Amino acid sequence: MTQLPAQTQKKLGLVIDLDTCVGCHACVIACKGWNTENYGAPLSDMDAYGGDPVGSFLNRIHSFEVQPEKGPAQTIHFPKSCLHCEDAPCVTVCPTGASYKRSEDGIVLVNEDACIGCGLCAWACPYGARELDQAEGVMKKCTLCVDRIYNENLEEVDRVPACVRTCPAGARHFGDFADPQSNVSQLVRERGGIDLMPEQGTRPVNKYLPPRPKDTMKELGADAADMSPVTGNPKGFLGWLDKALEAL
Amino acid sequence: MHPAPSVIIFTVLSGLGFGYLTWLGLGFPAVTGWTAFFCFAIAFATAVGGLVSASFHLGNPQRALKAFTQWKTSWLSREAWISVLALIVMGLYGFCAVFLDMLVAPLGLLGAVLSIATVFSTAMIYAQLKTVPRWNHWLTPAHMVSVSLAGGAVLALQWRAALILLVIAGALQALHWILGDRRFAERGHSAETATGLGSIGSVRMFEPPHTGTNYLLKEMVHKVGRKHAQKLRVIGFIALILVPLVVVLAAPANPFTAAVATLSYLVGAFASRWLFFAEAEHVVGLYYDGGAKAS
Repeated sequence: MTQLPAQTQKKLGLVIDLDTCVGCHACVIACKGWNTENYGAPLSDMDAYGGDPVGSFLNRIHSFEVQPEKGPAQTIHFPKSCLHCEDAPCVTVCPTGASYKRSEDGIVLVNEDACIGCGLCAWACPYGARELDQAEGVMKKCTLCVDRIYNENLEEVDRVPACVRTCPAGARHFGDFADPQSNVSQLVRERGGIDLMPEQGTRPVNKYLPPRPKDTMKELGADAADMSPVTGNPKGFLGWLDKALEAL
Repeated sequence: MHPAPSVIIFTVLSGLGFGYLTWLGLGFPAVTGWTAFFCFAIAFATAVGGLVSASFHLGNPQRALKAFTQWKTSWLSREAWISVLALIVMGLYGFCAVFLDMLVAPLGLLGAVLSIATVFSTAMIYAQLKTVPRWNHWLTPAHMVSVSLAGGAVLALQWRAALILLVIAGALQALHWILGDRRFAERGHSAETATGLGSIGSVRMFEPPHTGTNYLLKEMVHKVGRKHAQKLRVIGFIALILVPLVVVLAAPANPFTAAVATLSYLVGAFASRWLFFAEAEHVVGLYYDGGAKAS
C-alpha cells in the first residue's frame, strides 16, 4: 500500500563514512552481484559488450572535489543508494501499490509483480536511487539486502547488506536508527551525521558522516604560501653557488 | 526531463479532448443527432487516443488495471479513475444526444466536471513533484487546465469564451515560463545541499560514477535542445495562442475556421509541451555536475 506507515518499529539503514570511503567501487560490484542473483528481476545490462553499454545499478559511487575558502581542494568519494526515507515521496506517488515502506523495519521495497514501469517513483526521488530495468520494465532499487539480513541460512557475519559486508575500508555501517544505543545511532551522534538535500523534506534514514577536519601541520603545508622561496638573499655556500651560477 | 513523445502526445491530445468534452457536457453547443455524433467522435478520439498513447510509456502495460488501486495517495491513480468515470458519463450523455435526441443536463454537467478534473489530475502528477521545481507550483495545473479549456472552446465554436480563455491561457503560459525559469534557484537546491558537503566548501563533480550513461541521465538530466528554447517558446506562443486568437477575432465561427485554429493550436501545444518536459530540471542533476545549471 502506498500510504506511508505513521511509524516503523525499526528504522534499518546505513551510515556511510565519507572520511574513510576510498572510492574503490567494491560495494557497487557486491551489490550488483547479490541483487542480480537473488531478490527480484536480475539487474540487466544492455549492450554490455558493445559501444554504448548501460545497465541497472542500485548503488553508485560519485566523486566530488570540495574547495574550501582557504587551502587545497579535497576529493571526496560519495556512495549513493536508496536512503529509505521516512517520508518517502517515491512510495506515495505509486499508482499500483508496488512501492511500499515496511512498517516493521522501514525498508522501502518494490513488489515487481505489481509494478507497471511508469517511472513516476524515479521522478519523485531526489537522490536518483531508483532505476527502471530496461530488460524487465520494472523499477529496481536498494532492498537493504532484505534477503540477507534476515537469512538464517547465512553465517551471522554475513547477515548485513552485501555492500557493507564487502567494504574493505569499513566505510559502510548497517543498523537500526530507532535504537539510540545501536552502532549506527552512536556513529551519527559522535561524528555529526547529516541528511542529503534536507530541504526536500524526505527525512532520509541513511546518514552520511562528513569527512573529519584535515590536519593542519604548518611546516609541511602545501599552501602556496609555503612554497615561496625560503629567502631572497642566500648566504655562505649557497650565496657563493648562487653568484657562481649567475656568472656563468 | 526527457521529453518522451508518448507523454507529450498524451497530455496534448487528452487535454484537448477532455477540454472539448467539458464544453459538450455543458451544452455548448447543444448538439443532437448526426452533428452530435461527429462532435463526440472527435472528442472521444482525441481524449482516448491520448490515454492510449500514455500506455506506451509503461514498462509493463498489461498490469495497468492495478493503477486503479492507490487513489488515496497517488495522483496517477486518481487520474485513472477520474478519466474513466469522465469517459463513461460523457459516453452515456453522448449516447442520449446522438441516438435519443435528448440532452440530459445533470449528466452533462457531471461529465463536464469530471472531464476538466481529469486534466487537473494529469497536471497534478507533474505539479506534485518537489524534485522538479519548475513544475512544483499551482501554475502547472492552472496552465494545463486553461490550455485545455481554450482548445475545447475553439473546437466547440464558442468564440466569445475562446477569446477570453485564449487570453488567460496565454498569460498563464507566459507566467509559467518566466517564473519557472527562476524556480530552481529560488528553492535553494545546490550541489552543496545535495552532498551535504557545503560546510567544507564549494562542491563540483570530480568523477562521474560511471563512464557511460544510465537511466537517470537519460530520463532526468536531459539537456537536448534547450539552446533553441527561446525560439520554440515564440513559435509555440504564436501557434498556440496568437493564431487561434486572430481566427476567433476576425473569422466567423464555423467548422472550417475552427479546424484551422485547432490545427495551429495543436502545433503550438506540442511545442509548449515539449518545452514543458525538456526545460524541466530535476534535482538529481546536482549529483551530475549541473544537469540543472547547464540549462
